Amino acid sequence: MSMESLHLWIPPNVLWVLAAIVALLIFATLVVAIMRRGDTSGRHAELAARVRSWWVLVAVFAVAISFRRGIAIVFFAILSFLALKEYLSLIPTRRTDRRVLFWVYLCVPIQYFWIWREWYTMFLIFIPVWAFLFIAMRMVLRGDTKDFLRAAGTIHWGLMTMVFGLSHLAYLLVLPNGKAMPAHGAALLLFVVLLTELNDVLQYIWGRTLGRRKAIESVSPKKTVEGLVGGALTTTAVAFLLAPVLTPLTRMDSIAVGLMIGFGGFLGDVTISAVKRDIGVKDSGSMIPGHGGILDRIDSLLFTAPLFFHFMAFFYF
Amino acid sequence: MGYLLRLFFYGVLVRTVVLFVLGLNVRHRERLPTSGPAILAANHNSHLDAMAMISLLPLRLLPRVRPVAAADYFLRNKLLAWFALNVVGIVPLNRQRQHIHDDLLAPVAAALERGDILIFFPEGSRGEPEQLAEFKSGLARIAERRPDVPVIPVFTHGLGKALPKGEWMIVPFFVDIFVGEPLAFDVDRVRYMERYRSAMAELAQEEKHAYWQ
Repeated sequence: MSMESLHLWIPPNVLWVLAAIVALLIFATLVVAIMRRGDTSGRHAELAARVRSWWVLVAVFAVAISFRRGIAIVFFAILSFLALKEYLSLIPTRRTDRRVLFWVYLCVPIQYFWIWREWYTMFLIFIPVWAFLFIAMRMVLRGDTKDFLRAAGTIHWGLMTMVFGLSHLAYLLVLPNGKAMPAHGAALLLFVVLLTELNDVLQYIWGRTLGRRKAIESVSPKKTVEGLVGGALTTTAVAFLLAPVLTPLTRMDSIAVGLMIGFGGFLGDVTISAVKRDIGVKDSGSMIPGHGGILDRIDSLLFTAPLFFHFMAFFYF
Repeated sequence: MGYLLRLFFYGVLVRTVVLFVLGLNVRHRERLPTSGPAILAANHNSHLDAMAMISLLPLRLLPRVRPVAAADYFLRNKLLAWFALNVVGIVPLNRQRQHIHDDLLAPVAAALERGDILIFFPEGSRGEPEQLAEFKSGLARIAERRPDVPVIPVFTHGLGKALPKGEWMIVPFFVDIFVGEPLAFDVDRVRYMERYRSAMAELAQEEKHAYWQ
């Protein structure tokens, strides 16, 4: 079957990078298999589950972005819905706000509709202005003032991160051709998602092997300075090498973006850790074996997606 | 035809709502029965409770799975009765005796005789959302009659938030489901219900739930 007959939407460079990710996964699977050989204590069971889940995540992501722009946008809308649902299920909510939450969920399809229509201004202001005011109005008309500010604050925080923040990934897909040179949206999307997730893994590996000094103990006791810096620098090196394949970034800019994703990813991760610690749970859910919930997997993207998007929008489009 | 309708209802509609719109976090899934007869005894806050419970079991068991439901509520008009009996597949239970010698639990005993897996709500009705009402002794009466049938306590959290009594609109929330160990009948009904109550309380405390008020 030729590539044309599959009606793929993505360019060959994206396919090559996807192939490289598969190679990396095969490598990781082999390493874990070797680590577990002859080991009956089940010490690495969670690591093995995590790698298995990565296969599923990569497969779903690759299928989602490969065929049509519309399919990819729907995929990210579903991701936002699942993340928002996980968030709203974790936080304390008021019984009075049950119907309000229905409107909050409705913001997901609306926000992604603007993206599909390539309505940039509306994409930018819908959540921070319209949804912000509408939800506040809807809440106040219920007439219950007990815990009002806490409820309004947590609901808006959820909309800003899980819907507005994440939807920047989808808007990468509809960016018009740039000033400098044409860039394919799917390539930019793959670039930021791959680097963010890789950065998570690299910070984990650096932290596990060399980590000594705690980075931010009261929030996330396992995070170390060595993990953060080692991971961020390795991510920057990968960004430098990968940028010419997937993006129009100059050499200097690719280093800046690498550092931004390296440190931004860390901040996203510990921000969700702080939320979970505030609520008193370890994992946000159990949807992804070995990882936890959706939020445990996309926490870093909540920061890196808008950061990367606005860097690109400001300098290149 | 009736079975196909039921398969479509549970296999497509109910599973879409329960697994996608809501989403289940199930602890101790391995404790669920793999064949009948068996009883899943759960707390009751929402019409979605039975739907969630049935979605826990594989579709191959669907012909065997039936929620035990109040006859006075679900058989109150012809259309609802047809839907409840043929699509939802309830075992109708009268909550009030018409006659002193009525055996209210006879339909339940007959279903267990056929090897069905029954979804049973010992609280009797849905009550206040996300609050546990007093358990009635019906469960102990069944367990006494059929001590060989495993009774599995199941605690759910979140379904009363998603669709409380008196509401018609489902609002998505993840649902936590905790499956307990089978509870065998020992000496008397009062003790049995006490053991059921403490098993449910223990399941409820396995994890912290988001505050809802």
